[in-house]
Amino acid sequence: MKVEVKFMIYLDNAATTRVRDEVYEAMQPYFRELYGNASSIYRFAGESKKAIEKARDSVAAFLHAKPEEIYFTGGGSESDNWALIATAFARRDKGKHIITSTIEHHAILHTCEYLEKLGFEITYVNVDADGVLKLDELKAAIRKDTILITVMFANNEIGTIQPIAEIGKIARENDIIFHTDAVQAYGHEHIDVEALNIDLLSASGHKFNGPKGVGILYIRKGVKIGAFIHGGAQERGRRAGTYNTPGIVGFGVATEIAERELDRRRVYESELRDYLIDKVLTEIPYTRLNGHRSKRLSNNANFSFRFIEGESLLILLDQKDIAASSGSACTSGALDPSHVLLAIGLPHEIAHGSLRLTLSDETTREELDFVVGELKRIVERLRGMSPLYEDFVRTEGKYEPDNRIQ
Amino acid sequence: MSQIIEYSEKVMDHFSNPRNVGEIENPSGVGTVGNAKCGDIMRIYLDIDENQIIRDCKFKTFGCGAAVATSSIATEMIKGKSVEDALKLTNQAVQEALGGLPPVKVHCSLLAEEAVHAALWDYAQKNNLQIEGLNPPVDDIEDL
Repeated sequence: MKVEVKFMIYLDNAATTRVRDEVYEAMQPYFRELYGNASSIYRFAGESKKAIEKARDSVAAFLHAKPEEIYFTGGGSESDNWALIATAFARRDKGKHIITSTIEHHAILHTCEYLEKLGFEITYVNVDADGVLKLDELKAAIRKDTILITVMFANNEIGTIQPIAEIGKIARENDIIFHTDAVQAYGHEHIDVEALNIDLLSASGHKFNGPKGVGILYIRKGVKIGAFIHGGAQERGRRAGTYNTPGIVGFGVATEIAERELDRRRVYESELRDYLIDKVLTEIPYTRLNGHRSKRLSNNANFSFRFIEGESLLILLDQKDIAASSGSACTSGALDPSHVLLAIGLPHEIAHGSLRLTLSDETTREELDFVVGELKRIVERLRGMSPLYEDFVRTEGKYEPDNRIQ
Repeated sequence: MSQIIEYSEKVMDHFSNPRNVGEIENPSGVGTVGNAKCGDIMRIYLDIDENQIIRDCKFKTFGCGAAVATSSIATEMIKGKSVEDALKLTNQAVQEALGGLPPVKVHCSLLAEEAVHAALWDYAQKNNLQIEGLNPPVDDIEDL
């Protein structure tokens, strides 16, 4: 089936990415030719088994881990659920206290809420205005019965990279298991689980040009954690389910490419990102950048445009064939905007006017010039019909370019 | 992160080409409802003649696609009507005129109805009029 995709500027790479051609090619044989069940005994299945182990080696090499510490899963959310729930159950004799941050992905936050219902106690540590975890609060939150700290490697909305090495050190000193949701960082940032004292790490294939529906959980050797999906002997009895061979192969190849190209890509993307950030802040008044200026993912830019609402902005961008994302959640009349934007201290109306643009190594400067030009017109148009802007102009006088929201 | 919701053609039309956007100088009545917390604020301006006919009507809205579309169509529906008829504008009528709204966006039509009522209330207050069926506006749509 041929699907025509019309011209589009895709700036939502934190949502998902395009599968790389080499990754797609590498996956192909495992659908129709080498379709054997990797758990079977005959030689035909051995090809699948070999391919899976090769992928495991690639992942282990990227993370500075051992192959037997890598477990393939059905994606990032499963890995997060497994890490938290199985650790909580395995260590419940030691304690019932878990520490996390206020800006985690819902795969972590909702799992924490689930564990709370089961009697575990969760402390949500705050972040500063840039979205960086407050380490002193983390230290103060540790109790005798703390069994797990889970803090994301980098935030999916505002891109802020957390002080993972420091958190790992604090966890290790206190004999607490440290899990990190590295879904946004894996393949984009160098990760050394040894140097960073990471005990558990979640990653997802489709966030770094691999396929959807496959993820990994790194489990440090010696960390007590039971099975989460029951029903078979796969993954040393810890994760049942027939191997998703094409997906796993794709994950492995995407990892190899990401590792090989990481430094070049990071330089390319961060230069474009900084170009975009500077251009937007200079050309569109009453705009702020969300997240840390430098300690952020190389492909992430997140803005708040004062006086306007995000969904309107997204629809108008979509009409110009620009795919982006927002932290607004105007869906029930009572829903809060993004918990991340509120956690960094934005007032509701400013959080509602947020826009996330996430680049890839296929993004060009020309595309960004086009996007900023359209963005400028759209923001102006929406402000022109905003009662908040009308009130602002009435009280503050005429429209003066000002790049900062006070 | 948010998702773009499936809107009817009519909603998209009113969102993309909103009718009667703007302000009226020295309006007969003006009403603002909603709050920034939930992400919608609507303001409606009315110009009403001595026979209580709405001569002109403008709006400004901070909010999602549905919020813009409901305010746009509401102004269209009451323009040229009598105050009495405008008061009969219901959120159901707004929804129907737009070819329906996604369930999570129904509150936007309530907000449009409330914005019209708030502007009419302001008009009544300014002119010391008692209009049957017209109640003072509520600030928060969650109070509706």
